[in-house]
Amino acid sequence: MKLIVAVIRPEKLTEVLEALYRLDVKGITASRVQGHGGELERVETYRGTTVKMELSEKVRLEIGVSDHFVERTVRAILGSAQTGEVGDGKVFVLPLEKVYRIRTGEEDRAAVTPVGVDAHRDPAAV
Amino acid sequence: MNAADTAWMLIATALVLLMTPALAFFYGGLVRSKNALNTMMMSIVSLGCVGVVWPLLGYSLAFGAGTPLLGDLSAALLRGVGLDLAPGTGIPHLLFASYQGTFAIITAALISGAIVERMRFLPYIAFITLWSVTVYSTVAHWVWGGGWLARLGALDFAGGTVVHITAASAALVAALMIGPRKDFARHAVLPHNVPFTILGAGLLWFGWFGFNGGSALAVNGAAVLAFVNTLLAPSVTLLVWVALDLSRTGKATAAGAATGMVVGLVAITPAAGYVSPLAAMAIGGLVAFPSHFAILWRSHTRLDDSLDVVAAHGVGGVVGALLTGVFAQKAWGAPADGLLAGNPRLLLIQAIAVAATIIFTVAVTGALLKVVALVSALRTTPGEQGLGLDISQHGEEAYTSGDGALLLLSESLPSKSALLVPTEGGAR
Repeated sequence: MKLIVAVIRPEKLTEVLEALYRLDVKGITASRVQGHGGELERVETYRGTTVKMELSEKVRLEIGVSDHFVERTVRAILGSAQTGEVGDGKVFVLPLEKVYRIRTGEEDRAAVTPVGVDAHRDPAAV
Repeated sequence: MNAADTAWMLIATALVLLMTPALAFFYGGLVRSKNALNTMMMSIVSLGCVGVVWPLLGYSLAFGAGTPLLGDLSAALLRGVGLDLAPGTGIPHLLFASYQGTFAIITAALISGAIVERMRFLPYIAFITLWSVTVYSTVAHWVWGGGWLARLGALDFAGGTVVHITAASAALVAALMIGPRKDFARHAVLPHNVPFTILGAGLLWFGWFGFNGGSALAVNGAAVLAFVNTLLAPSVTLLVWVALDLSRTGKATAAGAATGMVVGLVAITPAAGYVSPLAAMAIGGLVAFPSHFAILWRSHTRLDDSLDVVAAHGVGGVVGALLTGVFAQKAWGAPADGLLAGNPRLLLIQAIAVAATIIFTVAVTGALLKVVALVSALRTTPGEQGLGLDISQHGEEAYTSGDGALLLLSESLPSKSALLVPTEGGAR
């Protein structure tokens, strides 16, 4: 199992979610974050005060997936979140030790598989 | 000068002026947060550009004697517009011109609802300034400046044709020519602050008492009738709108209620001083149906009239103008009886006024946008729309915490045109 953490542009969120839903990746946590990834900074002026905004609005997605879903999930994010401009974000893949579903107490692969999806289906069939 | 008339018209002018910032809140609440300031600025800037061009040129083109088709330059730069009485009134000419100026300002601002979240700001300013002195002044002259529609006998008490039908026709053309937002019909684009929209609708209603009540240009029965009708008609529209919401989805929505209020105000505008209070309530109730269903229908089309200027002001304005031809009564001060009082001819005249206004406005608006587009692109890029027009057009954000903002000292300021600068530098 892996934890996929993706930092993306807010305006790309809908497209990324659509791409993930098409793969049956439905267990997603999203948060609004601010970050900096080497992109150009915005200059803003409020009356006499001119500032450079170091941090940009981003959305951070956290997705726990079983091993055979990692590659496809990452590809889906890369394909849907890209504009080609600096500031498109990052995808991090982290090892994941244990997962529990609170409602049922299920663990690991059963816990990261969305309700109604066969946990053991062959990934090549998708 | 008549002291009572003048005192009321001073207040009415201020009330109508308030409607433009009110519109900024009404529209501003309906867009996404990254476009809130740009949307509000599209209304606010009309106070500047139309507010300036009206005394210089617009007033004269609208109210100068001229021909039945257009005024003249006799009052350009406010020549001869002083503290003497305006013809046929008890108020100073200067006050009359100012009162009319507040109408010109909000009419131009109304158009912006159709092109929010995508039009570039400088071409927008050029467009509404040119539009005001061409389309608005011309139609105002036709109806109120002694032009051909006035001579024909068309009734428009406070601007159903002059204000709402012109703005909505221009909105339709602008939405088609500038094209839809990049996210239109692909992503859900939701209002970011419905309370702003309710605040705006409430302030619009408040200001509308000056808009309709003041259009009598005096303290008299017509002013009282228009004032009361402005109270009654939108109340009915609001109620019917809520009922339509309930019957369709089982829920009464706040954005719907705010829209219903404005639609009722639009519809009663041409009739305000000419129909009985009960007729005003009938107009308020009737207009809700076509306007409500126009909004539902529009959202299934490819027309990105983003804030439904056509459904609210166009449908509301046309229905109001035609129903004026149905309900007008000499007994309530109208210059002519309408259909129900046995004069079907008035309804025909109203229809001619509506058709002529739409045809003229569509043609001239299209030409103006073509001209502006020769000088400057009308549309922002998809990247600018993604970032939001607040940042890309104004270098400001509506809701910023200021966290992570580095103060730039004057010597390290980037060039005027630079919106984005590389990392490093700044007054750390």
